[in-house]
Amino acid sequence: MNTRAIETQDSFRRDIDLAVSRGDASLALSLLGKFWREYPGPATASYLLASFEELRPVWNPRVFQLIVLRSFTVEPVISLLQASAAVNGIDLRVEIGGFNAYAQELLDPHSSIYETAPDGVVLAVQTRDVVPQLWSEFADLSPAAIAQTVEEVLRSYRGWIEAFRSRSRAHLIVHTLEIPEMPSQGILDAQVREGQCESIRSINRGLLQIAQETEGVYVLDYDALVARFGRGVWHDEGKWLSVRLPIAAHCLVHLAHEWLRYICPLAGKSCKVLVVDLDNTLWGGVAGEDGFEGIQIGPDYPGAAYQAVQRAMLDLYHRGVVLAVCSKNNPAEAMEILARHPGMLLKPQQFAALRINWNDKARNLREIAAELNVGVEALAFLDDNPVERQWVRSQVPEVSVIELPKDPMDYARALREACVFETLKLSAEDRERGKYYEEQRQRQDLKRGSSSLEDFYSSLQMEAEIGEVKPETIARIGQLTQKTNQFNLTTRRYTEQQIKAMSLDPTCRLYALRARDRFGDNGLVGLAITRQRRGQVEIDTFLMSCRVIGRTLETALLAVIADDAHNAGARRLSGWFVPTPKNAPAREFYSRHGFTRTGENEQGSLWDLDLEHRTIQSPPWIRVRVCIKEAIS
Amino acid sequence: MTDSIAERVRRIATGIFQVPLDRVLIQSSPETIETWDSLQHLNLVLELEQVFGVRFSPDEMAQMVTVEAIVGILERKGLPEADSGS
Repeated sequence: MNTRAIETQDSFRRDIDLAVSRGDASLALSLLGKFWREYPGPATASYLLASFEELRPVWNPRVFQLIVLRSFTVEPVISLLQASAAVNGIDLRVEIGGFNAYAQELLDPHSSIYETAPDGVVLAVQTRDVVPQLWSEFADLSPAAIAQTVEEVLRSYRGWIEAFRSRSRAHLIVHTLEIPEMPSQGILDAQVREGQCESIRSINRGLLQIAQETEGVYVLDYDALVARFGRGVWHDEGKWLSVRLPIAAHCLVHLAHEWLRYICPLAGKSCKVLVVDLDNTLWGGVAGEDGFEGIQIGPDYPGAAYQAVQRAMLDLYHRGVVLAVCSKNNPAEAMEILARHPGMLLKPQQFAALRINWNDKARNLREIAAELNVGVEALAFLDDNPVERQWVRSQVPEVSVIELPKDPMDYARALREACVFETLKLSAEDRERGKYYEEQRQRQDLKRGSSSLEDFYSSLQMEAEIGEVKPETIARIGQLTQKTNQFNLTTRRYTEQQIKAMSLDPTCRLYALRARDRFGDNGLVGLAITRQRRGQVEIDTFLMSCRVIGRTLETALLAVIADDAHNAGARRLSGWFVPTPKNAPAREFYSRHGFTRTGENEQGSLWDLDLEHRTIQSPPWIRVRVCIKEAIS
Repeated sequence: MTDSIAERVRRIATGIFQVPLDRVLIQSSPETIETWDSLQHLNLVLELEQVFGVRFSPDEMAQMVTVEAIVGILERKGLPEADSGS
């Protein structure tokens, strides 16, 4: 480290301390993020965590409780992990399991991991600890002994994971086992089926199998992580032998980031929309100066760097991320390139919203969020210009701004590394999302042509199918409770395991709403959960995806619930409205449907509908199909 | 000189141990700095390795019991490039 670096770090600390003492949270948060990106390490981490502690009154993170079960020293990774989580808006509380005590901790029903009810558990164990035979004693084994060892270790894993799943609802992230840098048989190892590397890989394939069979269990490919940064530089044998830390100092942050890629989606910290700049981001050069012929985009250098960015964007599009453009260009020139340039991999219709003008980008981003019916925190922003990035960070701190390196050849990698788009499960809705937004634009065009709102609703030819939760929809239902912020009356987040438990609970009823209209299938977009006790039904959860807000589908769903409750003999239907910074669209829901306010506490207000004297009329323009069992009375 | 190895180690130590610079002296040790426990010692080692681009052996780690000892070890290692701060 040179003196200049020390001075830069000191000036970061001075600026951050000043912003914190002035209570300027958005400046402090953006500087903390920048400090971390430039100087990740133990000292920065402990400074960051202390600063976030001071910002607590104005910092509004998601809390996530993590337990790390391990067979090696992970302590130095934890503060790095907590610092990167904090920069990503997550207040991560971590407990570490006993050294090499993971098996007891998983198997013992009285283990503290089952008493603390964490959100997530990481099982970070190494090949040399779980199967030392395959790591250092491989040459001693006969082919039969190898096969038996593989089978035995998988049986142990299965036992640990089953014990865990039967006692905990937390997500479980299981590390794969790494292969050795130098196999004991040298190059011969690659020639035989029962080689050392292949045996370890077959354990990893078995782990994937177990994870696929068990809900809420995910694989973290530790072996691929080590390979990504280099097997030869990842390890520090001296520290392994002295303090049981197997990973070299400069690689610890990579493990922390890898864990964070799992924690972000599990904590509900993910972006739904990627907003991109055009000049020098989606293509090389400036449309207004270089023109259609002069810009760089194509299969060869230097245009290939931008095709790689577009390929990464297409991959995100297929994963359900909505794409949008926010750029300072002459719209005609930019649209010409988007629509007709032969080097473009992306097509104009794949962008759900376009803001190509000379306005301030912060304002454009707010408009894009409003047009797509999402909060600004659902946006991620990709722009090659550091000034624009800093401007957006300072003006709309909720937006996730993706940091880009200097060389365009590295842009695609930076985009792929952004953990805000990570997802652990892909629903059918995710895969089709891009198309939904295309249809949404057609709907908006129709709305502009309709004379009254009723006309517009009728012309949509809406159909709602309201049914129970099915095994294949549990993932989507859990996702709806995790991700829906705007039309959500109580904003209670549930895991898949909790949804499953409620679907089996006779006092609970779950209503899943699927919507269709003349432009296409919107998929599963609405959810209500009710609980019955004595003569009363309480609405625990009621939400609508932002994709269908403002189309009266919520009234259709409420009508079905009221009817169902009445048929079950309930005299009253009640529900809480819990206000959040984002759920204003749902604020008037109960009052507009004839509920009366009967209570209030610091969390929200309680509303009541007298089912003996009132009913809810389903809107005549929606064809409703109900497929649920008779309620038990 | 603000850029001597001793000065840089002191500054790094203040960051790791979260104590003011005037509390970290050349003779400081785990006995004089309360937050210098075994975990923070490991963090100090890792931070020094990253910023100086070196790797300490288990023996060296065991000898790093005062700021002075750390400076001595770093000097003996012969740093790749002692940037004199432009």
